[in-house]
Amino acid sequence: MKPRYLLSVLLFAAAMVSPAAAAAAEDRPVVTLMTHDSFAMSEAVFKTFENHHNATLKILKSGDAGAALNQAILSRRHPLADAFFGVDNTFLSRALDAGIFVPHPAPDLSGVPRELQLDPQGRLLPIDFGDVCLNYDRDWFAERGLAPPSGLADLIDPAYRGLTVVQNPATSSPGLAFLLTTIGTFGENGCLDFWRRLRDNDVYVANGWSDAYYGQFSRAGGTRPIVVSYASSPAAEVFYSKGEVTRAPTAAVLGPGSAFRQIEFAGILDGAARPDLARQLIDFMLAPAFQKDIPLQMWVFPAVVETPLPEIFQRHSRKAEQPVAIAPAEIERNREEWIERWTEAVLR
Amino acid sequence: MKIRPRVWLVLPPLVFLALFYFFPLAGIFSVSFFPAEGQSTARLLKLFQSGRYLGVLFFTTWQAALSTLATLILALPCAYVFARFDFKGKRILQSITTVPFVLPTVVTAAGFQALLGPRGIFNSMAAQLFSTHAPLINIDHTIWFVLLAHVFYNYTIVLRIVSAFWSQMPRNVIEAGRMLGASGIRIFFSITLPLLLPAITAASLLTFMFCFTSFGVVLILGGPRLATVEVEIYRQALHLFNLPLAAALSLVQIVFTFGLMFGYTRLERRCSVSLIGDGGRVVSAAARGWKAKLFVRGNVALMLLLLGAPLAALLVRSISTENGLSLVYFAALLENKAQSILYVPPVNAVLNSLTYAFAATVIALLLGICSAAYLKTPGGKTAGLLDPLLMLPLATSAVTLGFGFIVALDAPPLDIRTSPILPAIAHALVAFPFVIRSLLPAWRSIPPRLREAAAVLGASPPIVWRTVDWPVIRRAMAVGAVFAFAVSMGEFGASVFVVRPDTPTMPLAIFRFLSHPGPLNYGRAMAMSTLLMLITAIGFMLIEWRTARARGTAHAAA
Repeated sequence: MKPRYLLSVLLFAAAMVSPAAAAAAEDRPVVTLMTHDSFAMSEAVFKTFENHHNATLKILKSGDAGAALNQAILSRRHPLADAFFGVDNTFLSRALDAGIFVPHPAPDLSGVPRELQLDPQGRLLPIDFGDVCLNYDRDWFAERGLAPPSGLADLIDPAYRGLTVVQNPATSSPGLAFLLTTIGTFGENGCLDFWRRLRDNDVYVANGWSDAYYGQFSRAGGTRPIVVSYASSPAAEVFYSKGEVTRAPTAAVLGPGSAFRQIEFAGILDGAARPDLARQLIDFMLAPAFQKDIPLQMWVFPAVVETPLPEIFQRHSRKAEQPVAIAPAEIERNREEWIERWTEAVLR
Repeated sequence: MKIRPRVWLVLPPLVFLALFYFFPLAGIFSVSFFPAEGQSTARLLKLFQSGRYLGVLFFTTWQAALSTLATLILALPCAYVFARFDFKGKRILQSITTVPFVLPTVVTAAGFQALLGPRGIFNSMAAQLFSTHAPLINIDHTIWFVLLAHVFYNYTIVLRIVSAFWSQMPRNVIEAGRMLGASGIRIFFSITLPLLLPAITAASLLTFMFCFTSFGVVLILGGPRLATVEVEIYRQALHLFNLPLAAALSLVQIVFTFGLMFGYTRLERRCSVSLIGDGGRVVSAAARGWKAKLFVRGNVALMLLLLGAPLAALLVRSISTENGLSLVYFAALLENKAQSILYVPPVNAVLNSLTYAFAATVIALLLGICSAAYLKTPGGKTAGLLDPLLMLPLATSAVTLGFGFIVALDAPPLDIRTSPILPAIAHALVAFPFVIRSLLPAWRSIPPRLREAAAVLGASPPIVWRTVDWPVIRRAMAVGAVFAFAVSMGEFGASVFVVRPDTPTMPLAIFRFLSHPGPLNYGRAMAMSTLLMLITAIGFMLIEWRTARARGTAHAAA
């Protein structure tokens, strides 16, 4: 091997080792949070936690919510982290059955509505929620003088033929949430009839949120003006636009029975190296600083009701009225069969 | 006595595979098939309850075969052009052909939508021409889109491997044919094609495996009605939590591809030929005569249409805003609008990607050279088994292997689950089969007598290597390095399912942007994709430039 190559290999080795060395140099205890790719928090809030507890917070990302939870379960013998954020109510039962979380008895949940507290033993605590619902392109409907949809039933109206994009519940979490919405609204059997008629009305099924929203939705280069997304998406459209946009280009359909509430939970992993810091981290997630930070970071609503919302949320995004609620245990019991029957009705 | 040094050669790749492939696989299989109490493998039975999974395997196989065939048909003429002719911009063109390799599928989809989508260039033009409203063609969620995308991604494999080999072909064989009065077509089919077979089989093997384990292309472009085994594994593992079924499907995938590759690598060994004659190599020259010129230009044009147009569409998208062309999206990459702790400055994403790619390329080259050096000698039952075995990482489900890392590498000294070295290892696992397949045809083409002659004349092994082997395999090694680099830049394989502290690469940054609504997120994803394309293209050119320089000195020495 020529010296030049040898040198670059050595340099590379040094580059690989140096972050580890730097971390070891700090003698603050490390608390590790395992989470999915959509997790975010602001730098200021992050620093607040680190300084207040004199600890280093390490964030491990491991794919989407399903992948992250799977990995947490698979690593139960030697946990990769102290706490986990990002189990939603569709996976709650699965996570609790796996027995990877330990109860955290005394957190202050007084500000969190009862209907969000789904684990009576306090192993998984609600941190935020988001409403999965229909979004539509406002200009598209205005230009054509067509009334935008006001609920699920509109989608099977012939006037809305070929306008809707949904996600496959077998490969997408908003897709599953939307299937659950229809089950909650039309019943287990009634929903299949709805879906068959939606199929006849030329619904487009994408496998994931990104290819539905950025591939097919008319706001982002596609041709269809109705898409399954989140109640907060119109606010995100405003926030992530260039220039002074004051009017949201999209709107969410939030009437009774037209949304599913996805609740996200966090918990302390069994076998955590630093259970003390893990408890403090979970408490911190329910404290005002973190709760206030949630909307603009993760585009969902804080679980603590009293938390003030940022202006952009107040102006462009509402919570759903009477969202569909299905018990996590029921979802766990039926998920596979529901998806199977949906696939039969819509794809085959 | 003679066997020993050969065995030493194959030891490093075998140890690497044992630690980072077989051990994790064994771990995930044992957890899946023999779960802890309270869980059952009853859901495994679904595998046999309907013909569905047999159908999935059937689809996976035929779409991969068809994709490989289409890629061969479209890329072979171009391989000839690149091997035989010199023309302006050749090197840049060759880099461009490999750029698709690193693009995330969502981004590729955007490129094709801009051309062929309902509101794309083609349908708009057709609508104006025929004054209709309905889009003339709609390839979205069809097998055609899957085939087109597979050609788009794998074109470069055939082009690079075959043209590198072709350019080493001795001139005298073909001249002999011509002197005997054979026509051009006759020469091609009875001399050139048989001689090229080792390279063609190697390239089609890689293409087939890539299409066989195709995930993103089928998931996003093929839509919910099409599923490969890989897609099914992902669905079962991540969305239905049916690990036993996912593991069983992976096992089917592995056994099936092993059988296929066993046959294939045997074929490849058998058709390998010693090519080095005394008549000198074919040298590339400028095209002469209108026929040759037309052929060169036609092929380059077709290639640009197929590969260049979607890439160009992406470039245009990254600079077009509602207020006309502008670089605002590139500027926006630099601002942390939500003040997030997880914001990735583009420089960091680029550096992370390059660091991983460099590490993966070095590991893959070392392992690949060792393996190829072992496999190049014909014969031996062990080699016949090891050859397909070394290809297995390429044919293994990313989900399964990624989960295997989590399960198996959890105790010291191997607890590297959260170490930044793990993504590099995962990349290298997928990359080193590319190095092997690129190297083997070239290396096998060196007749043993050449080495023997050099040794008899008193050359020491290092000198034999430098004067006999190195000049012939250098180009092939550059090809292998280019692919290893590309595999890593594109975040292939299990690395996607590897837990990592905050060292996001360019593809991961693109995924993050595309997970929230808003034109700025989309624009930044396109800007980051453009950056990814540029940086990888420069990387390819640097790797090739180095070998080109090395070739220059060799010529001077000769």
